[in-house]
Amino acid sequence: MIHKLDARRMFCPMPVIRTQDKIKELAVGDLLEVTSTDPGALSDIPAWCRINGHKVVDCREQDDEVIITVEVCSE
Amino acid sequence: MSHQAKAVALISGGLDSLLAAKVMLEQGVHVEGINFYTGFCVEGHTHAIRKQDKAKPKRNNALWSAEQLGIKLHIVDIVEEYKDVLLNPKHGYGANMNPCLDCKIFMVHKAQQWIEENGFDFIITGEVVGQRPMSQRKDTMPVVARESGAEDRLLRPLCAQNLPATLPEREGWVDRDRMYGFSGRNRKPQMALAKEFGFEDYAKPAGGCCFLTDESYSAKLVDLWDARGKREYEMDDIMLLKVGRHIRPRPHFKLIIGREEGENKFMQGYTKIYISLKTTSHAGPLTLLDGVANDDDLLLAARITARFSQGKGDEKVSVEVRRTNGEVTSLDVTPLPASEIPEAWYV
Ligand code: SF4
Repeated sequence: MIHKLDARRMFCPMPVIRTQDKIKELAVGDLLEVTSTDPGALSDIPAWCRINGHKVVDCREQDDEVIITVEVCSE
Repeated sequence: MSHQAKAVALISGGLDSLLAAKVMLEQGVHVEGINFYTGFCVEGHTHAIRKQDKAKPKRNNALWSAEQLGIKLHIVDIVEEYKDVLLNPKHGYGANMNPCLDCKIFMVHKAQQWIEENGFDFIITGEVVGQRPMSQRKDTMPVVARESGAEDRLLRPLCAQNLPATLPEREGWVDRDRMYGFSGRNRKPQMALAKEFGFEDYAKPAGGCCFLTDESYSAKLVDLWDARGKREYEMDDIMLLKVGRHIRPRPHFKLIIGREEGENKFMQGYTKIYISLKTTSHAGPLTLLDGVANDDDLLLAARITARFSQGKGDEKVSVEVRRTNGEVTSLDVTPLPASEIPEAWYV
């Protein structure tokens, strides 16, 4: 199941915190698509995923926004 | 050690918290990190705003530390709760608006709640006796343990040998002899230990972990409270204090003048909340006006804005004034000479 998270107009680490909190509610195998206007999310969200055992399946920049898709991999 | 103890480590992103957690991992303790976001942390924001900073690769030091350690990191948003810590610190402020002792007590208290909820045994910090003038003194370290409620579940592996034994030591979860007795402001022992563990490229923040230790940031915060007649702030205030030149020509209004393209772009997002000014005849900054302004004030604001535009040497510069309801007027002004902007106006 794909879930969406709007983290626009927030600055790091807020998009990371919102991603973390949202993932807590999701099940293993779910996908979360995070949209952020802070390009810092491009490095911070993947770093958070690496250390917490989740997988970044897509990362793209589009019209001043970054869109990162994360697969929930652990409880 | 039959019981694998579980500890949560306060990770600031600096070297000391990195080392303290590593010392515990070396002793077989299960460690997870916790990092608190107050809104004032030196992470990221300026990078997100200033164009010149974008060239440098972005790194969140707390996440980087956790990755070096191979531990999980829980980042906790304490922006709202932190207001009371900053506005009413029981133990007062440090050299600037940094309420370090209350801040430490609060963070350890939050960590204590976290370990209770998550079934962990104790808390680790990278504190070192005598390192910081306010929160890391021999007489204030017990205050942190006591007032946070953590008591002897608070362990400081880098200086444990200088302090009374804590619960994890008495229970045999950790070995006191394999911790350290660092003290004072000398950083050499930490640097040597970092080398021993193979840590390179760790963060070396000049002041502390947050903007509140910064003199010029603190002055802007105090000015904001004075001008509003009350001590309070919102996230937008915290962010705007980090950008632009701040000039207060009159007690009832302040100008925030963008210093470069990235700041101008960032400030653009605030033009629905603040009156904004922009030069149209010449390239120039975006200015936000915080406060109330009559026609004379707007004229002065326009002349100051023009002063920081490419038309500063010209007779006439056109400035567009946009009100928060979207109404736009245009003013033709002579830029205010630098000599007529007293030093005291700069916040
Ligand atoms: S420097 Fe800032 S974050 Fe660090 S203890 Fe002091 S007030 Fe708290």
